[in-house]
Amino acid sequence: MKLIIAYIQPEKLNDVKQELYRAEVFKMSVTNALGCGQQKGYTESYRGVPIEVNLLKKVRLEIAVNEDFVQPTVDAIIAGARTGQIGDGKIFIVELAACVRIRTGESGSVAIG
Amino acid sequence: MKGWKRAVLPAVMLCALAGVANADDGESLLATVRGVDTLWVLVAAFLVFFMQAGFGMVEAGFIRAKNACNILTKNFLDYCVASIMFFLVGYAFMFGTGGSFIGLSGFGMDGAANPSGVSPFAFWLFQAAFCGAAATIVAGGMAERMKFHAYLLYTAVISAVIYPIVGHWVWSGEGWLAGLGFGDFAGSTVVHATGGWAAFVGTVVLGPRIGKFGADGRANAIPGHSIPLAALGVFLLWFGWFGFNPGSTLSVGDGNVIGRVAMNTNLAACAGAILAMVTVWALYGKPDLSMTMNGALAGLVAITAPCAFVSGAAAIAIGAVGGVVVVLGVALLDRVGVDDPVGAVPVHGMNGVWGTLSVGIWGRQALGLARDGLLHGGGAAQLGVQALGAVCVSLFVVASMGLVFLTIRKTVGLRVSKAEELRGLDIGEHGMEAYAGFQVFTTQ
Repeated sequence: MKLIIAYIQPEKLNDVKQELYRAEVFKMSVTNALGCGQQKGYTESYRGVPIEVNLLKKVRLEIAVNEDFVQPTVDAIIAGARTGQIGDGKIFIVELAACVRIRTGESGSVAIG
Repeated sequence: MKGWKRAVLPAVMLCALAGVANADDGESLLATVRGVDTLWVLVAAFLVFFMQAGFGMVEAGFIRAKNACNILTKNFLDYCVASIMFFLVGYAFMFGTGGSFIGLSGFGMDGAANPSGVSPFAFWLFQAAFCGAAATIVAGGMAERMKFHAYLLYTAVISAVIYPIVGHWVWSGEGWLAGLGFGDFAGSTVVHATGGWAAFVGTVVLGPRIGKFGADGRANAIPGHSIPLAALGVFLLWFGWFGFNPGSTLSVGDGNVIGRVAMNTNLAACAGAILAMVTVWALYGKPDLSMTMNGALAGLVAITAPCAFVSGAAAIAIGAVGGVVVVLGVALLDRVGVDDPVGAVPVHGMNGVWGTLSVGIWGRQALGLARDGLLHGGGAAQLGVQALGAVCVSLFVVASMGLVFLTIRKTVGLRVSKAEELRGLDIGEHGMEAYAGFQVFTTQ
């Protein structure tokens, strides 16, 4: 079992969701995130005083999958989120030690699927 | 505690008037009447000015948080630009002498004509607030994607030239529509159809927002970010309309006309809201508040032309039809691929025309109209004049504003870049956000 965490451009969320749907990945959690990377940020000003904004708005996706779904999920996220510009985002894949479905008490791969 | 005021104030005023009469000084009495009328027009002008806040809140509430600062800047600046332009040239084009198409005297209010019986400065302020209202309608229709400096250019043109020309046709003594007996008491055509059709042609030239229409052409919902703000805006507009319509009498008289206009205005708004709610409930299964509020505005726009010429029952009918028109109008625009984020075209354009036509159906000669309407034995003559006026004004606005928007698109550009539209115009155009410190979803 793996946990796939992806940071993407907010406006690409719909495209990513569509690609995931096509790859038959239907379960995900989405949260707002602020972050910085190569993109560096932009300058705002408030009453004439400049403000450096280096934390940009991103969307964080978390998807728990069984082994055979890891590659299709990653491919789908890339297909939906890539524009070729700096700021497209990153995908992290981490080992998932356990998973329990609260309603039934099932655990392991069954609980993910 | 309040009772004494009610008893004493009229008594004091009566004494004052009696004193004037006793002095047998007719001129002084006339001056007092003129003073009271001026006060009335000024109070109405202040109310119409406050509609600017209503437009701002409605438009901000109906769009996404990432563009709220931009739409409010547009609402703020169009009133400022419109006032200056209307002072310099607009008033002269509208009320000056020069022919049935356009006035050409009184630039900069220097020796300007004054068709009212009140102070020319009070009359100017009242008319300038109207001009600002016509200009600001367009901000909502073209929201979330129009460049800010393009908006400033547009607002200068509509308030200096386009709106005053339409106003000259209808409200100046020598206008060609006024000569035909065209009835538009407070501006369903002059203000609302002008603003509404300018918004229509603007949003067509501009194109829909990214994501509004899917690949198959079907409309997607892009929900507004604050229904409470929009609701406050509708209440503010409704409140301001009690200046817009009753103030258009330009005099207090014995109170009968302003009372009738105020009652009709209120009834039409209520009927519009109820019928819009019923329609949207029947069509889509839920009493959608945003559409219900559009219904109240639709009723207000529709009753603006006939408010002095019709009975209370007619006002209810006129507002009710307006409520249905707005719901069907929103659906129609979605069907044909026109993206109007706040419903400016159905509310102001379509109902501006409907309100103008309704004068020819329910209007009465006894209440100051040129001829009796269709339902009062006057035949179709008045209705024909109303239709002619509404069609000519709408075509004139679409053609002239279409040219303006196409010229702006060719020269300085009309639409922001795709990247800026996605991130939001607050950051792109103004470098500041409406809700600093909040996390705002910008996934659409």
